[in-house]
Amino acid sequence: MSAVRFLLNGELRAEQSVSATMTVLDWLRGIAGLTGTKEGCAEGDCGACTVVLGRMRNRELRYEAVNSCLMMLPQIDGCAVLTVEGVATADGTLHPVQQALIDADATQCGFCTPGFVMAMLAYQQGAEPPSDALIHEALAGNLCRCTGYRSIVDACRHVAVDPSDRRGVATSQTATALSGLPASKDYRSGGQVFLTPRTFAELHQALAQYPDAILLAGGTDIGLRVSKNREAIPVVISTVAVTELAAITSDAQALTLGGTVTYTQALPAFDAHFPALAALVRRIGSRQIRNLGTIAGNLATASPIGDMLPSLFVLNASVTLASQSGQRTVSVADFVTGYRKTVLAPGEIIATIRIPLLTSKHCFAAYKVAKRFDQDISTVVAAFLLARSGTTVREFRAAYGGMAARVTRASHLEAALSGRAWNGDHSPDLASALARDFTPMSDHRGSAHYRMQVAVGLLRRFQIETTSVAPARVEAL
Amino acid sequence: MTAPLGRIRGGVHTAVRHDSAVGHVTGCALYLDDVANAPGSLEAALVLSPYAHARIRRIDFSRALAAPGVAAVVTAADIPGKNDVAPIRSDEPVLPPEVATYEGQPVMAVAAATLDQARAAAKLVDIEYEPLPPVLTIEEAMARQLYVSPPQTMARGDLAAGFASAAHRMSGELRAGGQDHFYLEGQIALAMPGDDGSITVQSSTQHPTEVQHGVAHLLGLPFNAVTVEVRRMGGAFGGKESQATIIAGIAALLAWKARKPVKLRLPRDDDMRATGKRHPFLFRYDVGFDGEGRILALDLTLAANGGNVADHTPAVLTRALCHADNCYWLPNVRLTGLPCMTNTVSNTAFRGYGGPQGMLAIETIIDSIARHLRQPVEAIRRRNYYGTDRNNVTPYGMTVEDNIIARVADELDRSVNLAGWRAAVDGFNRASLTIKKGLATMPVKFGISFNRPSLNQAGALVHVYTDGSVLLNHGGTEMGQGLFVKVAQVVAEAFQIDLDHIRVSATTTGKVPNTAATAASSGSDLNGMAALHAAEQIKTRMAEVAAEHFGVSAHEIVFACNRIYAGNRSLSFAELAALSWEKRVSLSAAGYYRTPKIHWDFTTNTGRPFFYFAYGAAAVEVAVDTLTGEMRVLRAELLQDCGASLNPAIDLGQIEGAFMQGMGWLTTEELWWDSDGRLRTHGPSTYKIPGSRDVPPIFNARILADAPNREATVYRSKAVGEPPLMLAIAVWLAIRDAIASTAPNARALHIDAPATPERILGAIDALRATAAAN
Ligand SMILES: Cc1cc2nc3c(=O)[nH]c(=O)nc-3n(C[C@@H](O)[C@@H](O)[C@H](O)COP(=O)(O)OP(=O)(O)OC[C@H]3O[C@@H](n4cnc5c(N)ncnc54)[C@H](O)[C@@H]3O)c2cc1C
Ligand code: FES
Ligand code: FES
Repeated sequence: MSAVRFLLNGELRAEQSVSATMTVLDWLRGIAGLTGTKEGCAEGDCGACTVVLGRMRNRELRYEAVNSCLMMLPQIDGCAVLTVEGVATADGTLHPVQQALIDADATQCGFCTPGFVMAMLAYQQGAEPPSDALIHEALAGNLCRCTGYRSIVDACRHVAVDPSDRRGVATSQTATALSGLPASKDYRSGGQVFLTPRTFAELHQALAQYPDAILLAGGTDIGLRVSKNREAIPVVISTVAVTELAAITSDAQALTLGGTVTYTQALPAFDAHFPALAALVRRIGSRQIRNLGTIAGNLATASPIGDMLPSLFVLNASVTLASQSGQRTVSVADFVTGYRKTVLAPGEIIATIRIPLLTSKHCFAAYKVAKRFDQDISTVVAAFLLARSGTTVREFRAAYGGMAARVTRASHLEAALSGRAWNGDHSPDLASALARDFTPMSDHRGSAHYRMQVAVGLLRRFQIETTSVAPARVEAL
Repeated sequence: MTAPLGRIRGGVHTAVRHDSAVGHVTGCALYLDDVANAPGSLEAALVLSPYAHARIRRIDFSRALAAPGVAAVVTAADIPGKNDVAPIRSDEPVLPPEVATYEGQPVMAVAAATLDQARAAAKLVDIEYEPLPPVLTIEEAMARQLYVSPPQTMARGDLAAGFASAAHRMSGELRAGGQDHFYLEGQIALAMPGDDGSITVQSSTQHPTEVQHGVAHLLGLPFNAVTVEVRRMGGAFGGKESQATIIAGIAALLAWKARKPVKLRLPRDDDMRATGKRHPFLFRYDVGFDGEGRILALDLTLAANGGNVADHTPAVLTRALCHADNCYWLPNVRLTGLPCMTNTVSNTAFRGYGGPQGMLAIETIIDSIARHLRQPVEAIRRRNYYGTDRNNVTPYGMTVEDNIIARVADELDRSVNLAGWRAAVDGFNRASLTIKKGLATMPVKFGISFNRPSLNQAGALVHVYTDGSVLLNHGGTEMGQGLFVKVAQVVAEAFQIDLDHIRVSATTTGKVPNTAATAASSGSDLNGMAALHAAEQIKTRMAEVAAEHFGVSAHEIVFACNRIYAGNRSLSFAELAALSWEKRVSLSAAGYYRTPKIHWDFTTNTGRPFFYFAYGAAAVEVAVDTLTGEMRVLRAELLQDCGASLNPAIDLGQIEGAFMQGMGWLTTEELWWDSDGRLRTHGPSTYKIPGSRDVPPIFNARILADAPNREATVYRSKAVGEPPLMLAIAVWLAIRDAIASTAPNARALHIDAPATPERILGAIDALRATAAAN
C-alpha cells in the first residue's frame, strides 16, 4: 500500500485516499481545485483536458501532452504534471505560448484555450522545426469551435520559431526530484487496487493473484470505462513500469517493440524502417493519444478498425506472448481471432511485437480513410505489400480493416493478382475478388457499399502510386 | 477648441483584444463548472428516453432514491407550476408527463451529493415504456402533414405566368443535414433556492430572461422571484437559447424540491442526445429561367425537420424563407415552409438560424442553372442580383436599400484574379488522373434584426464611480464573441476614456430586465446602442456640471482623451465624476434601445424585418479524391462587410470561426440516426467538427474597407456573428465543381449536404453514370 507521488506544477504531491480509478482530470478539478483544465468530452477527443506530463524516458526527462480525462491517478505516479495554472511565472509573467495566443487574438470563448496552451507547450518543448505539418500534428488533439484555428496556428508558428525558450519547465531540477520519488507499486483505496509492477516476475505474480484484474497499458481504451462510463474498476494492473517490456530493438531482420512501447516512442523506428506506416501512425488519434497508447494495446483490443493491424498483417509481424508458464510466438494474423477477440490466454500478455524489415524489392503502403483527416476512426484502413519480378506480381499481400468483424487479409484479391502484370490495370475482376473477400456492414462511418468502393479505390491508389508519380492523395496537395 | 487630437486607448474601430484573453490563457477565467460548490450542494444527472416514441407506463425510482447520496428525484409529476418551457409557442414540457417523443429526451432527473452518485443512481431508475411507432423522416411527416406549427408561405408575382414565359424549366431536390453546436463547454446550470421563496439560477445561457421565465413557470413563481445570472459561456452558437432553459429548469426543479443548491452539467453524450441542433431541411424546387439564366419563376418548398416540438422552428423557418432569395431578384416566387414534426430531438437556433439553409437551396439552384446552360455561375448570378433602383424588392416586400453585393463580389474577384485561378484549376484537372479540383465563389446578403420586431430592444445600466471608473452592465451575454469588449469600447468612446477604466459585470436579470436573447448577430447592435444611450445621459449631466464649474454653456464642454475641456481649461474624467457627486448629480443611468424602421406581418409574411443587410463574398478551392471521396479545402478567400467595424480583431475572429463552422456543417459534420431513431453520433469520437488541419492552407479573411453602415447603427458598424457562416457555402459549391469536372459532359449533378467522402464518391459515380447514359 503506497501513496501516488508526483510533481504538480513543480510541487510534490502525495495522494493516498482517492479512488484508484479517479481520473487525473477529476482529481485536478475536484481535489486540487485547479479548474483551468477543462472537460469537453471525457473521451479523449477534444483536448480541453490536456495536461503535460514529464516522464523519465531513457534517463531523459520528456514532456508530452496527454488527455487527463483518460488517465487514472496512479498512472501519473513518478511524473511531473504541468497544468495551465503552472505555466506562467509566479510574478504573473505569461509563458511565451500564452502570450502568443493573446497576441494572435486566438481566444474567443476560451474554453478550449487551456488545452491548446498545454498542447503548444509540449510542442514547443520538443523543439521541433516550425512546419505547418508538425503544428497541425501537435494541435490535432485539440478542438476549437470558435476561432476557426487560423489564429491559434499563427500563435503556434510564432512560438515554434524560438524553441530555445524553455521557460516553465525546469528540466534538471525536475529530473532529480522525480528520481528521488519512491515508486507506488500498490495503491489501494476503498477496496480498489491499482498495481504497478516493475518487473516481469512482479507482473506475472500480480496477474496470478488477481486473475480478474484489468491489464492496463496506456489506457486510451480502458480509460473510457472510467472517464465516460464512470466504472469503479476493482483491480487494475498497469504494465507501464515493467522494465522488460520497454525495449525497442532492431537488427538486420526485424524491428522488435516491447509491450509498453507507445506510438510516439515507436515513431522514430517506423520513420526509419516503415515510413508509410509512420505516416499512418501519425493519423492514429492525436499526439495526446499516441503519447499514452501502445502498439500492444492496439493489437490486444483487436478492433475491426484497429489501424495497426492491416499493416502488421501484411508485414508478417508476430507477437511473443508471455505468461507465468512460458512464452509462445504467434503471427499477428493468427493472434486476432474475431471481433475484439484474440488468442491471449488468462494471465498472458504481449511481451514483444516483431516486424520483419522490408527488402528493397518490396513496396509497402498503408492507407486510412475517415471523415476527418486527423483524430478520426477509420472507415476503411488498408495495407498492401508488393514484390515484383519485372512487371509481374511475385508476391502480393493485402489486409483491410473496417470491412468485416475483424481485420483480415484479402485472400481472393491476393489470389487474383498473383502472377499477374502490375501495370495499373484495374479490371473488374479485382473488385469482384474483393467483394468475395468482404461483406462489410453499414454504420455511421459509412455504408457497406461505400466501404466496398473505398476498398477498391485504395487498391487502385496503390497501383497508381507504385506505377506513376501522379498525386493520388488530397493531403499531398 | 483646445482639446487634444490624440485618441483614447480602446475606443471604437480599434483592434482591442478580448477582455478575458489573459483569463483564458491562464485558466483563471471561470466557467460555471469551475465555481466551487457551496457546502451541501448537490449534483444532478438525467435519465434519458431510450426510445424515439414511447408511452411512459411506470417510473420506479425507489432504487435510485435509496442509492448512496441521493437527495431528490424529479419527474413531470413533481412540477409545482406549469410544465412548459416553450420559447415561442406553448406546451413544451421540460419533462414529458406521459409520452417520450424522441430518443434522448430527459424523462426525469436525480440529484445526489456527488456527480458519480447522481449518475449511478440515474442508471438504477426503472422505467417501463410502451414503444410507439416513431415518425423519423421529413418525408414521413410531410406525407402525414405532421407539423409543429402552421406551414408558411411567402409569395409574390404570378408563378404560372413566370413559368409560361421561361425558356427553361428545371426541378430537383436537395437535402441538408443538421449540425450539433458542439460548444466546448456543455450545457450547465446551478440553481440556488433563496431563503425567501426566491431562486437564483446561474446558467450557461444566451437568454437569461427566458431562463427566468421558464423557471418561474415551472415553479409557479412570479418573475421577480427568479434571478438568472451568466458571466461567460464556453461557446453557445444558438444552442444555449431555449436549450439552456431546459437544463436550468430541471436544475431548478431539483433544487426547489431538495431545498439545496443543485448543479446539472450534462456529459457530452447526454448533451448531444438531449438537446436540439441545426434544422435538417429537404428542399424541392421547380425553377423557370431564360437562356441567360435569369430566374423568372421559382416554386420552392423548404421542409424543416422541427423535431418533437416547435421550439424555435417557426422563426427558423421564417428566416429560411427570408433568405431563400439571397442576393437575387425573384419576380415570381412561391416559398412554402413546412415545419415538420418528427420523433427526433427538437431542432433549435443555430448561427444563421435557417438563413444558411435558405441560401444553400438558392445557390444550389443557381449553380444547377449555370451547369445546365453551361455558362459561368458568376455571370448568371450577376444577371439575377437585386438592382439598386429597380428589381430591388424581396419576396417579403422589403426594399433592399443598401445593396453593395456587386461591389463586394467584384472586389473579391479582382483581388484573387478569379479568371487566372479558374484557368489554373482547369489545368490541374486536365493533368490529374484521380484527384480533381473545384473552384467556386459565393455572395452573401444576410438580414440583420430578429424577424420578430418585439425582440429588437435592449437595456443597459451604466454606473460612473467617483474615481472615474465605470461599471457597465447590459442584457447581452458573453459567449466568446467579444460582445463585452465591444460594448465597453462604445462606452469608452462615449465618455472619451480609456477602455481599461470600464469593467463589464456579469449579465443578470436583476440588473437589466426583459432582455432578448443574445442572438441573431444583434448583440452589439442592440446592447451597444443601449449602453450608448445610458452613457449619453450621464455625459449630459456631467457636461452640465462642468459647464457650471467653468462658467460656460454646456455645449462648449468637450469630452476628449480622458479629460473634459472648456476651452483651454480642463478637468480629468475622475475629477468631474467626483465633482458631480459633490453637486448631487446622479452618475448612474439605465439605457434603452429599440431598433427603428422594422415591422413584420406574421399573417402575410411581409414587412421590413431587417434594419439592414450584411454582405460578404468568398472564393474557395477544393480537391477531391475520386477513388475515396476524401476532400480537402485548399484555399479560401473571404471578404466580409462589417460596416465600420467596432473591433476588427474581434470581427476577424468571427469571420474565420463562422466560416470554419459553416464548412463543418457542409462537409464532415454528419448526424446519423439508426433505423430506430437513435442518434449514433453523439460525441466527438463519432461527430467530426473541423480540426486545425482542415483550415485551408491558404486562408485569407478580410473586412471590407470604407463601408460604413448607411443605417444609423452603433458607430455605423454592422453585425458579424452569423453572416460569414454562409460564406462556407463556397466550399459546398467548390465540391460540386470538382465533382462536375469528373464528367464534363453531364449537366445534372446531385449531392446532398453534408458532402462527406461517401456522398462525394456517390455523386461522382452517379454523375459518371448519367454521362455514360447520354
Ligand atoms: C481519442 C481516441 C482516438 C483513438 N484513435 C484511434 C485511431 O485512430 N486508430 C486506432 O487504431 N485506435 C485509436 N484509438 C484506440 C486506442 O485506444 C488504441 O489504438 C490504443 O493502441 C490502445 O492502447 P493502450 O495502450 O492505450 O491500451 P489500453 O487501454 O491500456 O488497453 C487496451 C486493451 O489492451 C490490453 N493490453 C494492453 N497492453 C497489453 C499487453 N502488453 N498484453 C496484453 N494485453 C494488453 C488491455 O488489457 C486492454 O484490454 C483511439 C482511442 C481514443 C481514446
Ligand atoms: S475532455 Fe475531451 S479529451 Fe479529455
Ligand atoms: S475559443 Fe471557444 S472553443 Fe476555442
